[in-house]
This record gives sequence, structure tokens and C-alpha cells, in this order.
Amino acid sequence: MAALVLQRKKQFEPKPQPTSPPHPAARREIPVQPAFRRPPAPEWLVNLIAWVAGIALFIVAWAVIAKFGGRIPDPGAVGAAAAKIFADPFYSKGPNDQGIGWNVLSSLKRVGIGFGLAALVGIPLGFMIGRFRFLSGMAAPIIALLKPVSPLAWLPIGLLVFKAANPAAIYVIFICSLWPMIVNTAVGVRQIPQDYLNVARVLNLSEWKVFTKILFPAVLPYMITGVRLSIGVAWLVIVAAEMLTGGVGIGFWVWDEWNNLKVEHIMIAIFTIGVVGLLLEQALMLAARRFNYG
Amino acid sequence: MDKYLSIEAVGMSFGASQILTGIDLTIRKGEFVTLIGHSGCGKSTLLNLVAGLLKPTAGTVLLAGKHVDGPGPDRGVVFQNHSLLPWLTCFGNVYLAVEKVFSDQRSERTHAALDLVGLSHAEHRYPHQISGGMKQRVGIARALAIEPKVLLLDEPFGALDALTRATLQDELMRIVGQTGATVLMVTHDVDEAVLLSDRVVMMTNGPAARIGEILEVLLARPRRRLALAHDPQFMDLRAEVLEFLYEKQAHKPALKVA
Repeated sequence: MAALVLQRKKQFEPKPQPTSPPHPAARREIPVQPAFRRPPAPEWLVNLIAWVAGIALFIVAWAVIAKFGGRIPDPGAVGAAAAKIFADPFYSKGPNDQGIGWNVLSSLKRVGIGFGLAALVGIPLGFMIGRFRFLSGMAAPIIALLKPVSPLAWLPIGLLVFKAANPAAIYVIFICSLWPMIVNTAVGVRQIPQDYLNVARVLNLSEWKVFTKILFPAVLPYMITGVRLSIGVAWLVIVAAEMLTGGVGIGFWVWDEWNNLKVEHIMIAIFTIGVVGLLLEQALMLAARRFNYG
Repeated sequence: MDKYLSIEAVGMSFGASQILTGIDLTIRKGEFVTLIGHSGCGKSTLLNLVAGLLKPTAGTVLLAGKHVDGPGPDRGVVFQNHSLLPWLTCFGNVYLAVEKVFSDQRSERTHAALDLVGLSHAEHRYPHQISGGMKQRVGIARALAIEPKVLLLDEPFGALDALTRATLQDELMRIVGQTGATVLMVTHDVDEAVLLSDRVVMMTNGPAARIGEILEVLLARPRRRLALAHDPQFMDLRAEVLEFLYEKQAHKPALKVA
């Protein structure tokens, strides 16, 4: 839009140069061209309008599909159901009938545990793989082979080993969080500029100082990227894992509501999963910005 | 002439390519020596050999009678691209060096070093919050704070604009005058070399570069940039370095891209 205004200005500027010298008063009036001097709308306003327009279009499309598409509930019905569900998110009537709050929290707990264990293992492993070429060579084929495997393929192994649904789900989260954590930490270690390491060398810094003052802070942004990717994948995977394992959790809840044929609730679950995933992502983006030294 | 820093018959090759050969140079305590030559002649390599970041494939480097074997805090290095750690403040960057060398008065020494380069006011700023010239000052403060036997500067002002460079050259002269530091500096700036040095070591083109000529600069100190601008002695010295670089060691058109 700014470009457009500029272009117009260029076109119109030569005009106020009449062949005969203009009257002084007339010349003073020339700069006043409000139509072309209007400042462009502030960026946040444009963004807000785009945001609202996007959501409105989505809801309209949804309503149209609901009207002609048969079994899909329309936005109004889902909204009403959501109001009921979120009025009491933390009720508990036995293990198979709990509020959506409990379901989300137990999913988050699984993700947290699995992900925490993956960080405990993956970050030190990533440091070692990044630091020692031989280890990197050893790990490369294993990671290359296992990374593309869907984490859910590991679920039967988890069930076999742990003989219970909950640790098996946590184990799946652990596996899927592990690879991004290892790979990003290792890349971060390899990316450390030689200059920083030269500083350490000319000062003869101890290994501990090199780690705390140079390696760790230099790798931290990469580690956070690994964490972000891991959390994203973990949140995707937990829903599927819980559908298979049952218990309490948002994924299980989706499956349960499918069995009850409460399609409104499935829609609510989809939005809830989306919002939680978005919040996780945003929180880690904030952390990443905090540790991004420019 | 006492040999404080001596480089004896030093040669350096990386694999089959020989960079330096037969380098002999001794530097007195408190002397300011610059290495000048066309880019790629191995002057930075020579500095890195003294710093201990590289090991010579022939000959040896002695500092105050001791064989140089690897890097150490008896040599303060200022890198071309400042090499400050971005997650530490100016104070933190200098303190990291001080902490390694001294067990007492660490904060005082850090303050003093930053004060010496005129940056007391910016102590708590991070590198990305200060200008390129200020970063290089912090680099100098970090190198000087550990009270090294010799200060090694690797094209320290190469990345700065001309005005900032001039200011920092004057600052460096003042600091060296104040501390009596022994300095070995790599540069490709003829004026800088003549203005700052007691001796200018001119290196031949690589491969297998050696010391071509050594120019004694007997201009009285303290030196003033403006006064020297029209000083015939300064002009002659400058002309001599230029002649060496652009006549005797004129860059022949490269036959192959290395």
C-alpha cells in the first residue's frame, strides 16, 4: 500500500509546475493533497483485520459444509456444547468420565514426562555427538534409520516392555522427542564459531569454563529449537497414542466421544488440541527470543 | 639488543603447501612491531604461531626465554573480528580473561582494563549493543587485562571505518605508551604500520613467504597524526613500504584461484 502511495505521488508531483509563474498564494496551496498524503494504516490494524477476516471465512465455510455436508455439526451447535463443557472442565465421575481439563492435563503430563526424559538423554548425547567425530559417525546411521519411523510404531514395543498403557504412551513420547533434541544439539555444537573456541584456547580456559561460558550458551538457541520441534511432535503423537492406549487424556477423549457419536465434542477436542499446541509453541518461541543473542 | 620475543628459523606448511619459510625475527621488550604484506602472505599465520594457536613445522618461538608450546595467557590476542562472547557483557567478557589469570582483585582489574580503553560507561552493555569500534576496544581491554608479556593484534582495525580506525590507532598508541606493552601486530594498512611501529616487517608474497625487508621507524614519540601528515621523514618511510609492496612484491595476476 505504501508503494502505491509513493507511485501516485511521483505521478502527480510534476503537475504543480505551471508554465507561467504562479501566484504566491496558489503555490502555498499546492502541497495540500490530502487524498495522496494519507498515512498507510498501522500494521497491527491490518494484521488484526486479516486475522478476523480469516477466522470469519473459516466459520462461514464450516457453516456451509455443515449445512450441506450431512453429519457435521454447525458452529452454533459446537459453540453451545463447548459452553457446557468448559463450564465445568474439572469434574470427575470415575476414570472414564472426566472433565476436559483433566483430560488435557493428563495428556500434558505424559508429554512432560516423556519429553523431560528425552531431554535428559538427548541433550547430553547431542553434545557428545557434536563434539566427537567418531561418535557422530556411529550415531548417524542409527538416527537416519530410526528418525523417519512413526513414533506409534514403537507403541507395541512399549506395551510389551512395560505391560501397561500409561508408561507405553510416555515411552512413545520419549522416542519421538529424542531425535530432534539429539540432532539439534549436535548441530549447535558443530556450529560454534571457531573464534569463540580460539578465545578459550588463548586464555587456556578449563574444560568446565569452556562448557559453561562458551559451549552451553552457544548451543542453547539450537537446543531450544530442538525442544520446540520435539514438543510439537510430542503433542501431535500423544493424541494418537492415547486413542490406542485409552485411559484419561485428550486423545482418548476424542475416541470415546466418537464411540458416543458426540461429533460436537470431537470438534471441541480438535480446537482444544490446537490451542494447547499453539500455546506450547508460543511459549518456546518466547524462550528462543530470550536466548537469541544478536 | 635483548631478545624478548624471538622467532627462530620458523617455517610452516599445511600439508604440501608451504606458507612460511626461514622466518627469523627478534623483538625487544616494549617494542612495537608490525607485520605487513599482501593478503595471503602468511602474516596472520606467523601471528598465530606466536599465539600458539598453530605449531610451526620448523624452527621455534621463544618468549622471555621460554619455548612457546601452545596458547597461553602470557600472550594477549586481539582478533580481527573482536570475538567477544555475545552472551556476556563487556565486563563479563574481560572478567572471563581476568578470572583465568588472577586470583585477587578481579573486579578491580576488569574495571581498570575497561577504563584504560575508555569504556567504563559501557561495562554492562552486551556486544550487540555497542559499535564495532567499541567492540574492538573491549577486545583490547580483554587482551591487556591479563597483563600479557606480549600483545598480539591480528588486523585489529581492519573491519572498522576509516575515522574509527584513526581514533583507535591513537588510543592504541596512548595505551601502549602508558603500559609499555610489547606488541606484534598484523596489518595491511601502510599508514597504520608506519604510524604505530618501531619497526615494520615487510613480508614477501607467498607461497613460502619470508621476511623481505625490515624498516626502522625512528620517529619520536608521542606521535601525532596531524603533525606527521606533512613530515618528510614520515612520507619517506611510507614511500619505502609502498615501494616494497607495490613494486618489489607487486601482485602478479593470479594464474589459478587458490
